[in-house]
Amino acid sequence: MNYPSKLIEDAVNEISRLPGIGKKSALRLALHLLKSEKNQTQHLSDALINLVEKTTYCLECHNISDSDICMICSSHRRDMSILAVVQDFKDVLAIENTSQFQGKYHVLGGIISPIQGIGPNDLNIESLIERIKANSEIKEIILALSPTMEGDTTAFYIKKKLKDLDVKVSTIARGIPIGGDLEYTDEITLGRSILSRIEF
Amino acid sequence: MNKPKFFRTFVHDMHLEKLQLSNFRNYENQFFEFSEGLNCIVGKNGSGKTNLLDAIYFLSLCKSSIHSQDALSIKFDEDYTQIEGRFGEELITCSLIRGGKKSFFYDKVPYEKLSEHIGKYPVVLIAPDDTDLIRDGSETRRKLFDGILSQIDADYLKLYLSYNKSLDQRNSLLKQFAEHNYFDEDLVRIYSDQLLATGKKIHAFRKEFVETLIPLFKKHYDEISDGREEVNIVYTSDWFDQNFEEAFHKSIGTDLAAQRTTKGIHKDDFEFWMEEKPVKKFGSQGQKKSFIMAIRMAQFDILTQTKNQKPILLLDDIFDKLDEKRIQKLVEMVDAGVFGQVFLTDARPNRTKELLKNISVKFVEIV
Repeated sequence: MNYPSKLIEDAVNEISRLPGIGKKSALRLALHLLKSEKNQTQHLSDALINLVEKTTYCLECHNISDSDICMICSSHRRDMSILAVVQDFKDVLAIENTSQFQGKYHVLGGIISPIQGIGPNDLNIESLIERIKANSEIKEIILALSPTMEGDTTAFYIKKKLKDLDVKVSTIARGIPIGGDLEYTDEITLGRSILSRIEF
Repeated sequence: MNKPKFFRTFVHDMHLEKLQLSNFRNYENQFFEFSEGLNCIVGKNGSGKTNLLDAIYFLSLCKSSIHSQDALSIKFDEDYTQIEGRFGEELITCSLIRGGKKSFFYDKVPYEKLSEHIGKYPVVLIAPDDTDLIRDGSETRRKLFDGILSQIDADYLKLYLSYNKSLDQRNSLLKQFAEHNYFDEDLVRIYSDQLLATGKKIHAFRKEFVETLIPLFKKHYDEISDGREEVNIVYTSDWFDQNFEEAFHKSIGTDLAAQRTTKGIHKDDFEFWMEEKPVKKFGSQGQKKSFIMAIRMAQFDILTQTKNQKPILLLDDIFDKLDEKRIQKLVEMVDAGVFGQVFLTDARPNRTKELLKNISVKFVEIV
């Protein structure tokens, strides 16, 4: 695409590098910013720069945080005896939104997949072990990872690494979604939920 | 969500009635109607006879029999292709975008996974370069049998895909160990356990399959060759070792040195034997062709039994492969209704018309 202005072209190129945004959407956004109040754009760019420069990762759980220790890890209301191991920040948000979990988190920062060049050393697994060793009040680890082949591999790996530590290891249940229809559930999920049925 | 497979009426004459090709290979826009019996596709060399068979193959198995890259099935300088086939009440559509997605639709509703479609409309193809199966390495033969097994049993396809995924991960891991000079036994063990669990099931499938195939294969070879030679197929696999699981774990040293997984069902072979000698080395051209024909016929039988319906038979340039007597035999079989719907190509229409003069046939002329 040819742009009448080099400035617009630069802006479009930068905006379209964001996930899910193509050249056309980028142009629409750039023109929108050009038309709106100047200080609105100023606020946006300030927020973005602050985001990149001031956001840090919690030293305890590796979650995204405003300070060295995140709000969840520093809260006195959270139960230190139970730790949910998740793939990334989005999973923390998802579990927080359920309001069902009062424990703390440990964010791995990814999932083991040698094809993509991600090994255990690229993830926060070592620090999980250190954290459990340093905090004797941790009694249970919940492996809250996606039920994919990579997720299962990572879960098995962590379980192996934790076998000599005095903690209970559990994993989130797999089964039929609430409000879902039995007949439309895939066979593997349905099969699993029959095998791991619970007393009623 | 597509309709579950058991809602289809079985034991009917499943056949392809209509086919619409758009930008498929040399076809720009072409509509075909076929008979439920013998369809003979005639046309000059390069007119697209084989491409038409391949379109039917693609519609059934979600891939080409000629090119391993999907994009090569799209007409040169076009961006997409569509194949649409009507089987009675059922409409199957395949759409393929260059550099994009391959999707299949059942009555315009997309399949969530291609594996749900593969095997629903079985086909058997006999093609001129099939003797590659004998000449090539073991991979080609595994592909042949994996292809048939996947058509028979959707579970096999799932196992097979899952095995390959674990294998890729394990091999990448072994490479990383070598590149970064470290070793993580716990991690490699997880992939090994995955490979052993799925590999064991795949081996059982293959073993049972070959046991079913051999008698059918021998029967057909006898028919084709008038019982001239004793033939056999021997399935070889690391898994025949009683303590394979142990041996697999022990081979980690070799695996590390080779930077790939050296043992397992991805090394299986199906050896073709004739008179106690490998066909590869000692078979004549004619014997090799008969050998492959017999395997394909056995494939046809097995698919008919497991699917309760006769597969579509695609015969590409078959008359060039066989002598008069065999051709006559084949024509008799077609006439006697041994097969269901048959598609046949021939570059020499006069010869075909002469051979088929006494049986009912629909000629499809390609210009």
